[in-house]
Parts: sequence; structure tokens; C-alpha cells
Amino acid sequence: MGKNLPIAPVDHPWATIVVLLIAAVVFGAIPLSLAWLWARLFSPPKPGIQKNATYECGLEAKGDAWIQLNVSYYLYAIVFLIFDVEAVFLLPFAAAFSGLSLAACLAMLVFLLLLVEGLIWACQKGVLTWA
Amino acid sequence: MDQDLKTELSKHGIFATTFEELYNWGRKNSVWPLTFGLACCAIEMIATTMARYDLARFGAEVFRASPRQADLMIVSGTVTKKMAPQVVRLYNQMPEPKYVISMGACAISGGPFRDGYNVLKGIDRYIPVDVHIPGCPPRPEALIHAFMALQDKISAQHLTGESRPRHLKRDLPSEFQVPELGEHGLEPQQNDEVFRNPLKVLQG
Repeated sequence: MGKNLPIAPVDHPWATIVVLLIAAVVFGAIPLSLAWLWARLFSPPKPGIQKNATYECGLEAKGDAWIQLNVSYYLYAIVFLIFDVEAVFLLPFAAAFSGLSLAACLAMLVFLLLLVEGLIWACQKGVLTWA
Repeated sequence: MDQDLKTELSKHGIFATTFEELYNWGRKNSVWPLTFGLACCAIEMIATTMARYDLARFGAEVFRASPRQADLMIVSGTVTKKMAPQVVRLYNQMPEPKYVISMGACAISGGPFRDGYNVLKGIDRYIPVDVHIPGCPPRPEALIHAFMALQDKISAQHLTGESRPRHLKRDLPSEFQVPELGEHGLEPQQNDEVFRNPLKVLQG
């Protein structure tokens, strides 16, 4: 069989991959198609408005899903980011502090400065004072 | 298949079955209840699923949090008039075939709160109930008994013919009317297609 083909499939370096790829697709497709067939042939179809409704907690869906959030929440997002990122990097920084070189220390301080700069900006904007 | 022939064959080590029996055997041993509790009966229901009573022995330990994946609704507890529309809507959202166990006095008739202004006098006013369990609350053994009764019911169902279950009759609607909580309680007071008024049944 292989002699008639221009390239003998077994000789090709990608042949195994191709065989495995086909096997993987078939392996996934067989149970899916069986489930589909079973559903088509045997499952009793009784669709309805409520059965096909989006929400499934017994309550009726109200209003639009595309609600808009107030744009002023971006301040919270920025302040959260400052403290969150700072905490994530400060912890390993503190743990490895004694073994760090001068360059690493300076790099970390520059990074901190950038975040502190954001904090100062937020402070000047009056975000941190309670209304 | 002839029952005598079956027993005769089984004596010779041959197991004979029908497609219907096999199908029902699979169905009755994989009834997944809805994660859904209404009042104190729900505590007994939870106890039934735990290791001491172990509902998993009956293939029903998989309580599904979505009605889309559930087969059985255990109405466990008092159904208030405010909650009744949600219960019916959840029942409507379950795929066929679906079953209902009405657990405890409240779910059957309103129980001790029957005369209350805000309590539904039995969930069978709106959805078809397969098994009723009396008790206040019923013990886990009672729920297991109800579950076994439901299993018997499922295995006795015929998939063809006039007596086939509701879900195999294509022309029957899939959803039941959802009552609305109005100014004077639920509207309508019962779904007449489902509810069999015991007084009228007694009178014939």
C-alpha cells in the first residue's frame, strides 16, 4: 500500500503526529456524537419558554444584563492596584533583603517609587479622604 | 417477556431482560435531586444524604445545583405563597423525565401552618407529585422509603403504549402554570389540570 503513495506515510517524520492527531479527534468525537445521537433519538424533547430561560434560580430575569458601572470606580481600581502589586513584590523583597545586591535593591526602590508616585497622585486627588 | 420463562432461564444461568427493563433500571438508579430545601424538612434531607443514612446507595447522592441537570425535586418543607411561584418555575425548568417528592406535612397540605395567611396548602395544587411522605419532619428513613417507592414507580413505567409516562407523550405541554402572588394570595388558587381536590375525589 505504501509503495503506491508518493510519500510512504511511515517514513515521514510527522506521520506519527498526524496519526495521533486523527486519533485524538476521533477519540473526542465518538462520545460527543454518541451523546448527540442519544439526545436526538431517545431524549423526550419538551422545550418551553421557562425551560429555555437564561436564569435558572426560579426567579424571572429582570432588566438588561448590560448594566453600566459608575466610571468613578476607576479610582478604586488604581488604588487597589497600587497596594496589591506593592504587597506582592514587597513580601519577597523583604524575605530576600539581606542577600540582595546593590543593583537589585536600587531596582526595587525605583519600582517602589513608581508605586508611591501613584499613591501621592491619588492622595492629591483626594481619593484617600473620606467624603 | 414471560415471567415464568425468565425464572426458568435464570435457573440455568441465563439472564434475560428487555430494553425497557434495562432502560428503567438505569433511570431509577441515577435519579439526581435538585439542591433545594425550603424549611426544617431540608435538614432531614441533608441528613439523608450524609454518611449515616447515605442516599448514595440509591444513586441519588448527586444533588445538582441547577434545575437543568436535576431529575427529582424534593419539596422539603413549608411552601410559602411567596415561594410557590419560584418552586413551580424551578420545576418547569427541570428536564423531562422529572419527579417530585412532597416531603412532610407542610409540603403535602400546609401542615401546622395550614390556616396561616401566607402558606400554600400543598404543593400538589400546582405541580404533579409522585410520592407524598407524611411526618413533621419525616425521618431520613421515611425519605429513603419514599425514594424507594419512587424507584418502584420508575421501574414499573412502560415506555410505549397508552400508559407511558407523561414525558413520552409529545403533545402534552412541558410547563405548568406559574401562580402569581397577588393582593389576595396566589392567583390562581390551584392548577385544576394538576390538583385533585380530595373533597371532590371523596364525593366521586
